[in-house]
Amino acid sequence: MKYAYFPGCSLHSMAEEYNMATELVMEDLNVELREIPDWNCCGSTPAHTTSHLLPVALPARNLAIIEKEGLDVVAPCAACYNRFKAANKELNEDDDLKETVNEIIEMDYQANVEVLNLIEVFQNDDVMEILEEKVNVELKNIKPAVYYGCLLTRPPEVTEFDDAENPQSMDQIMEAIGAEPVEWTHKVECCGGSLVMARSEVVLKLSRDILKAAKQAGANCIVTACPLCHANLDMRQEQINKKFGDDFNMPIFYFTQLIGAALGHSKKNLGLKRHFIGSEGLLGSLVG
Amino acid sequence: MTNLSAVKRKNQGFKEKIEAESGQSVTSCYQCGKCTGGCPLSFAMDYAPRQIVRMVQLNMKDRALNNSTIWLCATCSTCTARCPREVDLAAVMDTLRIEARHQGIKPKEKDVALFHDIFLNSVKKSGRVFEMGMTVAYNMKSGNLMQDAELGLPMFVKNKLNLTPDKIKGAKEVKKIFDKVKEIEKVEGGH
Repeated sequence: MKYAYFPGCSLHSMAEEYNMATELVMEDLNVELREIPDWNCCGSTPAHTTSHLLPVALPARNLAIIEKEGLDVVAPCAACYNRFKAANKELNEDDDLKETVNEIIEMDYQANVEVLNLIEVFQNDDVMEILEEKVNVELKNIKPAVYYGCLLTRPPEVTEFDDAENPQSMDQIMEAIGAEPVEWTHKVECCGGSLVMARSEVVLKLSRDILKAAKQAGANCIVTACPLCHANLDMRQEQINKKFGDDFNMPIFYFTQLIGAALGHSKKNLGLKRHFIGSEGLLGSLVG
Repeated sequence: MTNLSAVKRKNQGFKEKIEAESGQSVTSCYQCGKCTGGCPLSFAMDYAPRQIVRMVQLNMKDRALNNSTIWLCATCSTCTARCPREVDLAAVMDTLRIEARHQGIKPKEKDVALFHDIFLNSVKKSGRVFEMGMTVAYNMKSGNLMQDAELGLPMFVKNKLNLTPDKIKGAKEVKKIFDKVKEIEKVEGGH
């Protein structure tokens, strides 16, 4: 299986560990990812809150490059995924917009590229079969609260992915590698996202609610597929403890990091040491 | 008390404009409040999301464009997913922010707007976001010089900070996209 790969800005900087783990795991599962040459930022939230055209034109340049290569694209970052899907939908519904955007990007994009998030790659029977075959580390007593956040499932008309209120697909992957995901309340709640720069206290409250819900449900870690959720929950956990007098010490994993652990990869290669909240206590001797 | 008849006369066409630009039928909203009930940010907003919709329905342009709510909306789209009248309220919020900018209204949450500008400037410059440069620029311009300074060292130690921007070959093409969009929206926005 072969896909075009759009890592996005975060996976080349703050969330590089998500990229590292994803590349290792995909290789193990015989999924070939070809990084798009010279890709640009999707524009994320700042583009669509500032302009009607920019949030379509920025993804369209990337999608046009991919369309030429005749591949579908995998976007591991929830925000990039969401913006790609939104741009495709708008372009497919409005021929005038398509014409304008093609003029802007000076390319000819017909909006035929299929966009997948990374979880969707696992919805293929072959991939799951290889995964189950290759799992060689039993993730005993790993009880993740599987956190989907906003951008993977909403708006449902845009993403057309899983159930918007109670998604299961990432939980199923966790079960397949031997982890025991908990039932919890905050699967699709918002962490506050990019408001963290301008109104950090608001984001600390929202992220705290998520950590609290996970802890109350008996989880000993949180699993995510979004770099911004990860940054808010991991890097800000100490600020949350300070502000609210909590004592959270909850490791936050990208879901491919746990898969990589189950496949026998080392902490170092999975970038686990890049996290603010250490996972040595939880993973112990399971992971080398 | 607001004299609604006078407001309606003065701002005639505002609701239609927001509906056309967002592609949403604001008229359909029957004010059930489900958007507000599910909104994770409503606790921090000056008006509930439901009230913003009502303001648009009543052509209360000044209030609809000058409040903290439109800037604090994180576009998580919980409202959109749950609306029984199928109004994509997150899209309406986007349109209101864009309209407020076109009208030159000073954003009530100025740092939110500032962050968006700085983020986009970073993309315009190199084609991708340069997180560290963006953060420094934001801290300088917002006046919160030491914001998150305590995160800097651990981020550096954990190799989470790229010290140089990831400039792409097509950076000029990306800049051109920004320029063309600006030109087109200037004409369409009529300002």
